[in-house]
Amino acid sequence: MLTAVLVMAVLALVIGAALGWASIRFKVEGDPLVDQIDAILPQTQCGQCGYPGCRPYATAIANGEADINQCPPGGEEGIRHLADLLGREFKPLDESHGVEKPKSVAVIDEQTCIGCTLCIQACPVDAIVGAAKQMHTVVDPLCTGCELCVAPCPVDCITMVPVPETVETWKWRYPVFKLEPAA
Amino acid sequence: MIAKLFGFHGGIKPDTHKDESAREPIRRAPLPARLIVPLRHNTRAIARCIVEPGQKVLKGQRIGEAEGVLGTAVHAPTSGTVVEVTHHVMPHPSGLPTGCVVIEPDGEDRWGERVPLDPATCSTRQTVLGHLRDMGIVGMGGAAFPSHIKVGTEKRAGTLILNGAECEPWITSDDRLMRERAPAILRGAEILRELVGATRILVGIEDNKPEAIAAMREAASALDPAPEIVPVPTLYPAGGERQLIRVLTGIEVPHGKLATEFGVQCFNVGTAEAVHRAFDLGEPLIARVVTLTGNVERPGNWEVLIGTPVEDLLPLVDPRPGTDRYLLGGPMMGFAMPDLSVPVVKGTNCIIAASPELFPPPPPEQPCIRCGACAEACPADLQPFELYWFSRARNFGKAQEYHLFDCIECGCCAYVCPSNIPLVDYYRFAKSEIWAREREQNAADQARERFEFRNYRIEREKAEKAARLAAKAAETKAKLAEGAAAPKADDDPKKALVAAALARAQAQKAAVEPKNTDNLPPAVQAEIAEIEQRRKQATGQTDDAPAADGTAATGDEARKARIAVALERAAGRRGEREQEEP
Repeated sequence: MLTAVLVMAVLALVIGAALGWASIRFKVEGDPLVDQIDAILPQTQCGQCGYPGCRPYATAIANGEADINQCPPGGEEGIRHLADLLGREFKPLDESHGVEKPKSVAVIDEQTCIGCTLCIQACPVDAIVGAAKQMHTVVDPLCTGCELCVAPCPVDCITMVPVPETVETWKWRYPVFKLEPAA
Repeated sequence: MIAKLFGFHGGIKPDTHKDESAREPIRRAPLPARLIVPLRHNTRAIARCIVEPGQKVLKGQRIGEAEGVLGTAVHAPTSGTVVEVTHHVMPHPSGLPTGCVVIEPDGEDRWGERVPLDPATCSTRQTVLGHLRDMGIVGMGGAAFPSHIKVGTEKRAGTLILNGAECEPWITSDDRLMRERAPAILRGAEILRELVGATRILVGIEDNKPEAIAAMREAASALDPAPEIVPVPTLYPAGGERQLIRVLTGIEVPHGKLATEFGVQCFNVGTAEAVHRAFDLGEPLIARVVTLTGNVERPGNWEVLIGTPVEDLLPLVDPRPGTDRYLLGGPMMGFAMPDLSVPVVKGTNCIIAASPELFPPPPPEQPCIRCGACAEACPADLQPFELYWFSRARNFGKAQEYHLFDCIECGCCAYVCPSNIPLVDYYRFAKSEIWAREREQNAADQARERFEFRNYRIEREKAEKAARLAAKAAETKAKLAEGAAAPKADDDPKKALVAAALARAQAQKAAVEPKNTDNLPPAVQAEIAEIEQRRKQATGQTDDAPAADGTAATGDEARKARIAVALERAAGRRGEREQEEP
């Protein structure tokens, strides 16, 4: 009886020590779930989800503060990926946060631009170049199409232009045709 | 001699339909009214245009400079005038426009400067590769992959394979080329052999082209060491690069590896001929042999300038009534032309006029019955039905696990499918989706990085500003502590600051002196001194006089007295005026 109790106690101590050591030695910095969610988000940094950027939104999802259907640029597919990752049910995009749009880039009408630098300060990815009282311009390949520069412009010279399909970006169409009932 | 040939898995034997177009020799197509030369020959790279509208160009003159790793130069196919630099529909399944140079030929067909290059005497390898790139040499088998990249790989290949299999039905351009220009092809092969460092040349030709085999053998016998001309069994797709390597050498190039790593390099016979022209004659790649066949009166092969619109070629063969569309490339791997004005490019080997009789519309697609016929036909040893299910379900990760990217899109699986499923369309869809996703992922990663850097930068700027302000505050405080210790020991920093500023201003005022009195000759100095003396005397007589009396304290009283006198005088004058005026 006593031996058994002793053996159990020693075992508990040894295993407890090993676990305690392992929890310090193999401690994971940060929340890996946030990184996984962040990897799915489109990194538009548009703030339509209500959080200041994709990573804060990912953190909010991981903490259970935000729902998975608040990202319009990620669209339905993004929500499906998030639902897969988090083991939740798919739900349609929350329209109050915006609607899914084709990818666009901001274009500055350089004739109208007065060089106020407001759009430069608004751009979350530093994709606008220019200086005070100098013409500004958008570096297309870097623009995420977040539209954050459109509102601050005092002369309304920024427009969102959908990115046209080119020979490089063209995709083969899905070969399955949807059957539609005859009218 | 090769003792034994090897086989590859699968393959099909469709009707070849080669006799129609292989009978006539290659003829030169007439100059079109306009040449539309695309600056792009594959989807990966586009050349930078270096001509302007209105400019006269000579045949072979470079009009597009190679840009990027996969870029090659583009040349004027004939002499004439550049009419415009514009966007025009490209021979690509998308039917999307791309940058083109439109040239109006002057009919003289006058060559510009031709610079041949002897690779044997060439000093550096870089020069040779640069020559290939600047002559615009790309693979002529259809993919238009730049040859200088293929030749330029570090690894030396022991065996050079020339691909003359031309396995796809209807096409006979390589067949006619080998029959008529065998010495040129083999000369190009020798240059290529030197470039890749190979010791032997194998030429694989399908055994349904006996004339081509005979012509090549005859030309090869004149060479030393003689290239081996190897007839290979006619089985589609024996002309696939990996399939031909397997048949000739028995080497199976594994997934994700290049043939060069196994000591083999493979070039099309047309590419070899272009290489011969580029090095021995200094002629860039400006024309190619195109098979015009199908539902036409006079099928055959024509040597066509790059940039010739397809609609200008059709009168040469007279399409029969009933032609409903035109295919670019062969019936297995080609695609329907988006528009008849598309130009011939470096990868265009065949144009087929299709009619419902020759190419009946595919019967409706049925569900997959899991018969496995596609897997038996697949020359890449894949499981097409699995790829089909995953592609259809958009499960791209799984499709890649089943080696979707090893699929060569040869169409064997769709050819044998009893359910008439357009399998290749699914693979193409899945491939382009995966590429698009990769692009999106790269863009997202870049955006994330830039966003994080911006946040870091804003934080850093804030911290820097705070540090700057703190440093300034500390500095002021230190100064105050210094200044406060001196005159009044005043604790109010504002007062101290004002006092310090006043003291500074006074010191500055005191320091101000006439600047133009320095460095003057002694005579002038003396004169100034004299004047100063006189001025002192003049002012001293009024002011200094009382002081001279010895009572400095009385100065004040004297002034008061003077003021009183002046006031009285003024009052008296006012009184006089008042009496006079009323």
